[in-house]
Amino acid sequence: MTVIRSEWTKFSSLRSTWLTAAVTVAIALAVGALAATGQASGYHDMSAADRAAWDPTATSLTAITVAQLAIGVLGVLVITAEYATGSIQPSLLAVPRRGRLLAAKAGVFTVVAVLLGQLIGFTSFFLGQAVFAGQGVPYATLAQPDVTRAVIGGGLYLAALGLLGLGLGTLLRSTAGAIGTLVTLTLLVRAVAQALPRTWADWMDRYWPTAAGEKIFAVVPVDGALGPWPGFALLCGCVALVCGGGYLVLRTKDA
Amino acid sequence: MSDTIEAVGLTKRYGDAVAVDGLTFTVQPGRVTGFLGPNGAGKSTTMRLVLGLDAPSAGTVTVAGRHYADLPRPLHTVGALLDARAVHPGRSAANHLLALAQAAGIGRKRVDEVLGLVGLENVAGRRAGTFSLGMSQRLGIAAALLGDPPVLLFDEPVNGLDPEGIRWIRTLMRGLAAQGRTVLVSSHLMSEMALTAQHLLVIGRGRLLADASVEEFLHRHGTETVLVRAGEQGGLARLLRRAGAHLDTDDDALLVQGLTATEIGKLAAADGIALAELTPRRGSLEDVFMALTADAVEYGVSA
Repeated sequence: MTVIRSEWTKFSSLRSTWLTAAVTVAIALAVGALAATGQASGYHDMSAADRAAWDPTATSLTAITVAQLAIGVLGVLVITAEYATGSIQPSLLAVPRRGRLLAAKAGVFTVVAVLLGQLIGFTSFFLGQAVFAGQGVPYATLAQPDVTRAVIGGGLYLAALGLLGLGLGTLLRSTAGAIGTLVTLTLLVRAVAQALPRTWADWMDRYWPTAAGEKIFAVVPVDGALGPWPGFALLCGCVALVCGGGYLVLRTKDA
Repeated sequence: MSDTIEAVGLTKRYGDAVAVDGLTFTVQPGRVTGFLGPNGAGKSTTMRLVLGLDAPSAGTVTVAGRHYADLPRPLHTVGALLDARAVHPGRSAANHLLALAQAAGIGRKRVDEVLGLVGLENVAGRRAGTFSLGMSQRLGIAAALLGDPPVLLFDEPVNGLDPEGIRWIRTLMRGLAAQGRTVLVSSHLMSEMALTAQHLLVIGRGRLLADASVEEFLHRHGTETVLVRAGEQGGLARLLRRAGAHLDTDDDALLVQGLTATEIGKLAAADGIALAELTPRRGSLEDVFMALTADAVEYGVSA
């Protein structure tokens, strides 16, 4: 408990923390509003099949693909800032049991990331539905089946990506290295997968952890994809593996 | 449970390079122990091993009878200043200390107390990145004192400080030792340690070269020479050689080894030789240290 308070003091006493959080929310809302407007204006020209696949909930949450990077960076910095500034040294002198230090960091950050994720998820959702309603396009309400799960799921997805950042940072101990890996895992790999032969690309869409995890904020099911919870569980499992690897590095390597 | 630092066969290798090579020593409470060696001798590595930041390749080191990571209340047992700049520059001094204090279950009151103790109470809210090196050193010392620990380690604490800051740290360290605490201070400056320490651990290339009190160290390794000048230099030289002294000449003076100034004076008087000068010259601590570590300098400059 004492270590958790200490980690909260560390996290909250930096201006950069609040700045990054604010930027994350701002980017998410701005991109979300733009994307919703763009998609809505295209709705009337869509084919019948595309209209059937129209998922106003998921569409209003597109901003998550951008916000995931910002929250991931926040997670990376929670640990790499300690290495970059050298403050890991006094931190470890105060808490020499390294697992306890990492657990406290992860605990504090998870709470922050979940709250931030929910803020982004719900705000983007309501903003997006308002845009759709304004343009006379079918829109979603929380009362419809699966919609609440998807909106909450969007926030949870963001929290998982934040923890992925923390895990990568612990594993690599370098801000640039961890952020580079984060971008590669979330965006680059999937962009490259599009260029692969059809069957491979399909496989990647189904089982690549972030692709599988994204199903948690879709309402209209995608053919052949994992369900929302199995997909999200796959993502969480992979995040846990990365964090476990980070723990091993922290535990065994010289600080 | 005695508050000592005990190393047994402590060794740290990085690939083929040996940074710390089989160190065995005990640092006792109640005095300032100077941890002395040229740059690159392995002082900082040893301190990191003591504090559990790095793991030894062989051997063990304990503080107050336990490995650092096994101490139930680490900050209440050991305080350390390794690198004064190891602070997040965006965090205020007070918040930096508060985070450490909270992790150790220490209250906010103690944070204010140590800030006052090191004279930073007026800049407590300022971001640490704006601090001068001297202020950073004070902040690092404040962190070391948070838990009021009986064992303290300082790595090169006077580096880059102004004379006033150096005097402050000297007084502080001697005061802490006088309260019965164990104080280990590293330095590559012999002259600094001569003023601060009562006991010396000297290392070079990771090996222990000496473990002795400052007086003992000088006595054992220092060579006392006496400078003598006389009208009848030749006669005096013969006389002293006969008495078993080893002589060197320095301009027109004799440098005598193996006889004390008193003995030389008596011999000269007995032979009726008038002396123009008789000056005992003690090898300075710096000279002794340089001679002792000459072979042990990792990156020696070849002339």
